[in-house]
Amino acid sequence: MMQNKDIKRLSLYLLFAPFALWIILLVILPHIGMVVLSLKEKIAPRVYEYSFANYLEFLHEPIYWNTLLRTGSMSLLVTALALLIGFPIAYYIAKIAGPRSRGGLFLLCLIPLWVSDLIRAFGWILLLRETGVISNFLLWTGLIGEPVEFLYNDVAVIVGLTYTVILFMIVPLVSTLDGMDNAMIEAGYNLGGSGFTVLRRIIIPYAMPGIVAGCIVTFMLTAGSYLTPILLGGKNSSWFTEQIYNQFITRFNWEGGAAFGMLLLFFTSLVIWLGLKLSGQTLANTVAKS
Amino acid sequence: MHFKTTLAGLLAATMLAGAGSAQAETLRLLTWGSYAPDELIEKFEAEYPDIDVEVTFSNNEEMIAKLRATGGAGFDLAQPSHDRIYAAQLEYDIYKPLDLSKIDTSVMEAKLLDGVKENTTIEGEVYAVPHQWGTSGLMADKTKAPDLKSWADLCNPAYEGKTSMRLKRTILLGTAFSMGEDPFAAYSDLDKYQGILDKVAEKLIECKGNIKAYWKGGDDLSAMMLSGEIVGSETWDSTAYKLFDQNENIVFVPPKEGALAWIDTFALPRKAKADDAAYKWINFVLRPENVTLMSASTGAIAAVKGGQDLLPEDKKAAVNAAFTAEDIDNLKFFANIPPGVEDMEGKTLEKIKAATGG
Repeated sequence: MMQNKDIKRLSLYLLFAPFALWIILLVILPHIGMVVLSLKEKIAPRVYEYSFANYLEFLHEPIYWNTLLRTGSMSLLVTALALLIGFPIAYYIAKIAGPRSRGGLFLLCLIPLWVSDLIRAFGWILLLRETGVISNFLLWTGLIGEPVEFLYNDVAVIVGLTYTVILFMIVPLVSTLDGMDNAMIEAGYNLGGSGFTVLRRIIIPYAMPGIVAGCIVTFMLTAGSYLTPILLGGKNSSWFTEQIYNQFITRFNWEGGAAFGMLLLFFTSLVIWLGLKLSGQTLANTVAKS
Repeated sequence: MHFKTTLAGLLAATMLAGAGSAQAETLRLLTWGSYAPDELIEKFEAEYPDIDVEVTFSNNEEMIAKLRATGGAGFDLAQPSHDRIYAAQLEYDIYKPLDLSKIDTSVMEAKLLDGVKENTTIEGEVYAVPHQWGTSGLMADKTKAPDLKSWADLCNPAYEGKTSMRLKRTILLGTAFSMGEDPFAAYSDLDKYQGILDKVAEKLIECKGNIKAYWKGGDDLSAMMLSGEIVGSETWDSTAYKLFDQNENIVFVPPKEGALAWIDTFALPRKAKADDAAYKWINFVLRPENVTLMSASTGAIAAVKGGQDLLPEDKKAAVNAAFTAEDIDNLKFFANIPPGVEDMEGKTLEKIKAATGG
């Protein structure tokens, strides 16, 4: 009897071990290291002291918090666009498409993820550059008189990012909408509701956990992305991850970079907390559920 | 009990595996893309069958960051530029002194060897010897921008929207020279240097409207230049030489203020484990027949006597099309970066990037 219990406990530990190791070694420990590093201030070569100087530097320099706010607001815009474009797609896949085409459609959404971020960014560069596909096509149709540059601006960054993250919006939406009984929509129409009323009063409230889960994931991915904004962005497009890279690599200022990394984490967490409060959802019934 | 035996078995297995791989020596190179062509590695491994060469491609900043993260472990030979050794060593203690008796310094160009030694000697110990040198300057399509001769010409309204530069320290220094300043002389007085940087930032922010985009690597620069989207840019000479191969109108232009010259070096990381293999690699790549192979891949000139004559034919033609003897005399070698300057320059670059000038 006793032995049986021990075996059960052991197997529980063994099952739990990979997860615990992953969380402790790859998430908690590095973050503690970052916090410690961010609280150090360089006094002279090889001499450091503990202080909040790196965080104060962020507050005193408008370039840094402007970039953070810019990154945050553009990420919110990308999230909103992904939701606007992703919702009809998810609804079509979950509710309208037949069971046979559903798998195919889902696969089509997945395919872009099979190539790396870098390749996708280069794809956009080929399309958007002044001597690229779109500019040449418009020239050929005679819509424009001379080549137009579509690359190196904020619109290109937003298009590229939306394309990269939209799948992470579609997947949770499809899985929530899938669980919705069609009878609920029929009942809405039977009771005299217009299409818009049914959407607003029945479908959206039902899909809310999926919407919130999708928004959280896309927002986090966008705010933390590096390659797409760097490669597609223009001479004025700063992204906060670029600032972190600059601190670490160009300026050899690991302490400042660590502080910036923590600030990005706090900032995105704050935005998500606000979003959850405003939508009346909790993490438990959104991300954890889907 | 069972569990313990398994664990012991596992441990023994790992130890055995460790002992097995220690027999063949591994030389872990930390160097620039194209500085370790496959052909040379195969030749080296054929000559020294007990050495395996592993290569990690990087750049100056990332080399220092990687070595700093480990206190100088993980690599056996690094190749930072000559101006990136002194301060990095003082601040982070990531290199160890060279044993010059193990390097055949007699084949090296004396002027370059002395210059690098002077720049990298700390407390009487030498930390680096030269490998290859090259310059940063301008490149222009001479049919479309024949008058691009100075760093300041990138901001000439005649080429509006048709020029590019990399937002790194080179353009800060070049612009400072074009404004009649000597940034290297100001390194000894950092307040004065900050004053120069402020003026340079103002000028480059004003210039933003003239720039099409800041290039980030050789590939996007090449694409913009070959497609004709830009007519002139700040560049590494090797990138310009590669484009000269494809379009003879695209030439490297040493700016009239003097092209900025760098020397990539050999330096030993502090916790390097294969010093002998590293010395063998150094002497191997400095042999004349290997110098030509290396230069064909890098586009840079070896720091050996007669290095220019050992260039492959196509590169020799590109260099001759770009440089006169006068330009060579006018070269400005990057001065040692004192501690703190990278931070000042980094901040200036951030300011330029964030400004909404154009």
